[in-house]
Amino acid sequence: MSINLLLAATMLLNFMLVATSRVNKAIQLAAIQGSVLAVILLLMHEHWAFHVVLMALSTVAIKSVVIPILLTRAQARLKVIQEPPPYIGYTLSILLSALGTGLAFLLARRLPLQAGVLGTLFVPASLTTLFTGFLILTTRRRALTQVVGYLVLENGVYLFSLLLVKNMPLLVETGVLLDLVVGIFVMGIVINHIQQAFDSQDTQRLAHLRD
Amino acid sequence: MLASLFLATVLIAALSGLPGLLGKDLDGKGAARLLALSALGGLGVAGATLAGPGWALDLAWSLPGARFTLRGDALGALFLMPVALVPAILAHYGTAYWPDSEHDRAPTLRFCFGLAVAAITLLCFAANAILFLVAWEVMAITCFLMVASEDRDAEVREASWIYLVAAHTGTLCLFGGFALVASARGSFDLGPIPMGWASGLPGTLAFLLFLMGFSLKAGLMPVHVWLPVAHAAAPSHVSAFLSGLITKMGILGLVRVMTWIPDPPLWWGGTLLTVGGLSAVLGLAFALGQRDMKRALAYSTIENIGLIAMGLGLAGVGKSTGNGTLVMLAGSGALLHVLNHSLFKSLLFLGAGSVAHATGTRNLERLGGLLKTMPWTGALFLVGATAIAGLPPFNGFVSEWLIYLGAFQSLPGWAWGACAIFALCLAGGLALATFARLFGITFLGEPRSETTHLADESPQPMLSAMKLLAAGCALIGLAPFLVFPVLDRAVSSLGPNLPYLRTQASPGLLSLVNALGLGFAWIAWLSLRNMASRPSGTWDCGYAAPTSRIQYTASSFAQLLEEPFRWALWPVRHLPRIRGLFPGPSHFRTEVPDPVLDRGLKPLFTVSSWVLGWMRVLQAGHLPIYLLYVVLTLVALLAWTLT
Repeated sequence: MSINLLLAATMLLNFMLVATSRVNKAIQLAAIQGSVLAVILLLMHEHWAFHVVLMALSTVAIKSVVIPILLTRAQARLKVIQEPPPYIGYTLSILLSALGTGLAFLLARRLPLQAGVLGTLFVPASLTTLFTGFLILTTRRRALTQVVGYLVLENGVYLFSLLLVKNMPLLVETGVLLDLVVGIFVMGIVINHIQQAFDSQDTQRLAHLRD
Repeated sequence: MLASLFLATVLIAALSGLPGLLGKDLDGKGAARLLALSALGGLGVAGATLAGPGWALDLAWSLPGARFTLRGDALGALFLMPVALVPAILAHYGTAYWPDSEHDRAPTLRFCFGLAVAAITLLCFAANAILFLVAWEVMAITCFLMVASEDRDAEVREASWIYLVAAHTGTLCLFGGFALVASARGSFDLGPIPMGWASGLPGTLAFLLFLMGFSLKAGLMPVHVWLPVAHAAAPSHVSAFLSGLITKMGILGLVRVMTWIPDPPLWWGGTLLTVGGLSAVLGLAFALGQRDMKRALAYSTIENIGLIAMGLGLAGVGKSTGNGTLVMLAGSGALLHVLNHSLFKSLLFLGAGSVAHATGTRNLERLGGLLKTMPWTGALFLVGATAIAGLPPFNGFVSEWLIYLGAFQSLPGWAWGACAIFALCLAGGLALATFARLFGITFLGEPRSETTHLADESPQPMLSAMKLLAAGCALIGLAPFLVFPVLDRAVSSLGPNLPYLRTQASPGLLSLVNALGLGFAWIAWLSLRNMASRPSGTWDCGYAAPTSRIQYTASSFAQLLEEPFRWALWPVRHLPRIRGLFPGPSHFRTEVPDPVLDRGLKPLFTVSSWVLGWMRVLQAGHLPIYLLYVVLTLVALLAWTLT
């Protein structure tokens, strides 16, 4: 039951992420979402085996500490406070997000999943989070906010993978986390270069690069 | 034993350019030596394969369906002879023609050259479709890189792209052809196909795909588009390589296909004969119209490939009609012409390269009188020209003679053979005119531009390479009995129970004719030499002080012969405009653009690139849009799996 509450919290965090226009708030929200995921992981297991604890800790460390710090530092250096108006306005984004949540619930019923999963909010929550991540990625202009979008997207994937956690070896999950860190790292470098080349990190200017 | 020697040969050739890449091999002298070593190995393998029962090598390979299968047979050995010998000579020529001091790409070129040689060496014996295709692709790509050696020049870039498009279109066709053959045989191993398959739909389709794929490489009309541009754009020793050996790989493929099919339908041979006849006649008609020496030689390659295809077509007809003598004669003629053409066409391209090297131009209208400053190059070019025109005493005469004999042999049962004889005659005459023009305009008469005066004779490595090739031409011409046993063994794979070649064509008679030709040429040279030094009179009909303006130009020489072929050539004429009573000086110029490339394919590509340009709307340049594509694809996949 408490797991479902936390999953609902994740979905609410999604709405807040879509609605916020402040970059630092978006980073914080994504960090909180990461911690919530770690708690869900712990609650799923009655006996806290070593690898479960290790995974929860590393999740918190990477999603809620390392990456947010990296992003906040980048934000401070680049002096980005407010996101410029996105391609799709905030109100419309929230409406889309609501629509996506509804669709996720519909879809979750039709997916061929194990019986035990169906009663929980796992599948709708993860699909909604994935959708939110894509929404942020596609509608925001700042490269930094897009990185937050990647982070949220990964949270969705993570949620889905929690369903399989008993069967999933530690190594795979570590690999996914490592992927994320490397991805964010690369994006950080890319943002830096965009900033240097265009004197702005508005990704719209990248359109000049097409042939 | 032979297999390991062969693999060592391939390996040495493949790695011959490596020291150069590492900066350890100035001007590629080491690479030339390594290639000479691999040539010795290759000739040894070829000789032992021809003398012995043949060999095979079969190694496992991790690619699905592929095995590293080599089968040492006489046919492959015949192709291996020029493939081993000629590159070593070309590399030797390259040490002086493309030194490191003048071309910074020279080490890369030599590396690609070595890889290409290794690839075509493997092709000779490859007996697995995938191994064949891998070697084929290595050959195609290394040749692309060699053609693009001087890619600072926009024309060279365009030529290399045309080559690449042609090469890959051909490979695509081969994929289809080999897949059909594999389905008929049950594996990718290449070999005989059961009776009856050839006349069915898969057999027909496979033949058309193979014909297209291999013709694209060999340069048969109308898919010859890459030859003129790529041969003109590449450095001369690479042009010689392309023309002498790469095009022959297309022929190798066609011959291989013929050996697999026990019962080819009559129309296969007929088609090959028609395509070959068209290429032979029209290739020369185009060659006559060219002002660029190397483009003219490239069109002459198309003609020679056409002759070879005619020989193969006749052999195919012989196989279909059960005429063993026809298979033997025409097949031998075609295969001997493969060997011969790789010798004399390389010689001619090297000659053209020497001329371009000395004068800085390949434009015939600016050359002339080079025999005085470059006597050796001129004499060697003349040997090549005589050989390629099919005149005694050189090797071209022998192979063309055999193809003629084959064409006559086909007559009793198959009236279309008469058309082949007609095409052969026409091609022979046109070849004579083409090479009289090429040699005469370049080497005889008075220089047509200042640069020609300053020409010097080529340095020794270039000359010695050409001398070796000329010696090869003379050897096969004067002693054809040396190659007859080779041809016997190689052609025997084309059909069962073939008669011996020497019972059908007398090598002694050919030797005699060639020796007489040599004697006649010698007498003519002696008498002409005396004539040349004869003192001339005071006025002498204006010839006392000849200028370049009173000579035939390259265009005017060709004009008469081009006239009957206007329907195919579509020459562009820039006519002088004469206005008023005292018109000023004016110019007349004709050009012969390639009809297939310049009037067919290029406009087609322009239109298609305009149409496909609308597809660029998809490429907006905005990251979010690309991500949206990802989302939409995912949603579509999800929807597809759920329904």
